[in-house]
Amino acid sequence: MKSKPCAYPYLVWMVIFIAAPLLMVLYFAFTDKAGNFTLANLSGLGQYSAVFVRSILLAAIATVICLVLAYPLSYMLSRLHASKQRIMLMLIMLPMWMNFLLRTYAWMTLLEKNGLINRFFGLFGLGPFQMINTQGAVVLGMVYNYLPYMILPLYTIMVKIDNSVIEAAQDLGAGLIGTVTKVLIPLSMPGITTGITMVFVPSISTFIISRMLGGGSNLLIGDLIELQFLGNSYNYNLGSAMSLVLMVIVLLCMSLTNQLDSEEKEGML
Amino acid sequence: MDDTVIVALKDIVVDFDDESILSGLSLDIHDKEFVTLLGPSGCGKTTTLRVIGGFQSPKSGSVFFDGKDITALPPYKRHVNTVFQKYALFPHLNVYENVAFSLRLKKVPEAQIKSSVLEMLELVGLKGFERRNTTTLSGGQQQRVAIARALVGHPRVLLLDEPLGALDLKLRKEMQAELKRIQQSLNITFIYVTHDQEEALTMSDTVVVMKGGYIQQIGTPVDIYNEPQNAFVADFIGESNILSGVMDKDFMVEFGGQTFTCVDKGFTRQQLVDVVVRPEDIKIVPTIQGQLSGVVKSVLFKGVHYEMIVEQAGYEWKIHSTQAQQPGEIVGMNIGPDEIHIMHKMED
Repeated sequence: MKSKPCAYPYLVWMVIFIAAPLLMVLYFAFTDKAGNFTLANLSGLGQYSAVFVRSILLAAIATVICLVLAYPLSYMLSRLHASKQRIMLMLIMLPMWMNFLLRTYAWMTLLEKNGLINRFFGLFGLGPFQMINTQGAVVLGMVYNYLPYMILPLYTIMVKIDNSVIEAAQDLGAGLIGTVTKVLIPLSMPGITTGITMVFVPSISTFIISRMLGGGSNLLIGDLIELQFLGNSYNYNLGSAMSLVLMVIVLLCMSLTNQLDSEEKEGML
Repeated sequence: MDDTVIVALKDIVVDFDDESILSGLSLDIHDKEFVTLLGPSGCGKTTTLRVIGGFQSPKSGSVFFDGKDITALPPYKRHVNTVFQKYALFPHLNVYENVAFSLRLKKVPEAQIKSSVLEMLELVGLKGFERRNTTTLSGGQQQRVAIARALVGHPRVLLLDEPLGALDLKLRKEMQAELKRIQQSLNITFIYVTHDQEEALTMSDTVVVMKGGYIQQIGTPVDIYNEPQNAFVADFIGESNILSGVMDKDFMVEFGGQTFTCVDKGFTRQQLVDVVVRPEDIKIVPTIQGQLSGVVKSVLFKGVHYEMIVEQAGYEWKIHSTQAQQPGEIVGMNIGPDEIHIMHKMED
């Protein structure tokens, strides 16, 4: 109990910066501009359902792509010699040291009509292709920016898996697929769920990536919310309602992934 | 044990980063035999086991199983199973599921899985542990699960990589007897890797002594102990006095300033040889009756016997005897012809 006083500053911090804003969001979501209770904000969200669906879909696609790319990479990384692991990890982290906006701007210039990639195709008489301002570009931006957040938790969990356990699986008759599904995936499940969370949550709420790479036609929830607070529509009651729904969506998705994790654990017993 | 060769290695070469681990190793292992690969660390014994298991592909050479070349076969297609040094149990599965792992992969019917798993758990003495989490078991129990898991598919050969290395002495002795009993009751081949010579002598039908990627000697424990082929084997298996000597002629060898009758012949005259005498083969006698005499430097009580160091002509003899002498005393030593082992000088 001695540690309790040490926790007070954090408690204060939580109240001011986490609990209070949450309560404010809750309050604004259920009131109109005059401060009267209303459900109009929430019920009016139906017209934006396309944006919500798009956000969930693009974030889910980006998460799946990240998982598929990161899983084998993390495994290979975890089996490397310790000194090589450090170098490879540094190379993976290196882009993260640069500003997020800058990295996304770089993709704009690459994907543009007169961008580097189209000019390269032009050399062969191909294109120009419409790459910027598409949903594909948005997903690309998400995968590119959030891939390290998938790799790191997977790698962290995989370095703890002893090579002899993998060899034991092979020894007992498991081929590649058997080893991956029966041993590697169950043992790395905590890394998988953490990775999914770390990629899905920022992806579903991003507004920079969709604005810069998606153009005006691929608005996501994040963009909508931003418009309510900083944009022309200026309606923080509606913005709060959107934030609330987004939060519920995220919580639902998280509990789904956690379900995945605990089912795996139940299999143990 | 019979004469059928079940596993044969032919000219196996393994390099790690230009460092030679196995340099042309050939070895025949007979069916139903308990074979031990014995040697100091870095001698290539574990690598040999991994080549048989399929975890290490040799740079050149071939592995045969039951007459068929399996060199290119991945581990999961080989009819051998391994008990790993660190048990390597699946932490996400309980005892029952660990043992059932290979049967589930083969899609064996559930009822059959159950009877096989329970039979194996009974064999290793873990009846009633089915639902236990592997992480809550002691080292010895985990090792038993690993053995049950490896045996449940009825492999014809079981590979064991220093399986008792992490256990304490008493448990190790128990498990040695246990493993021997399991091997005999299942009547299959065990290939066992250890650096513990006592373990090798107690359990094996055949001992393969290795050093630096080469086989030094293959033989029964009795042969290896009584007739070591070179000074390394003599030194590694049990304790030995190793001296330089000269063969005067057949059946006559000179060492320690004296000429002794021995049972070896076929050396050239005046050839330099290694002479090996076991500490328990030296008899302490009154000085006048001794072929050699020396001064007792130290006496240690070892339980069954005393270990004495006797200095004679600059060489310190190690002698085991049930009778203690006093340090500083001058004693005589006799060595019978049968107790003198003559070996060609080692090349290094």
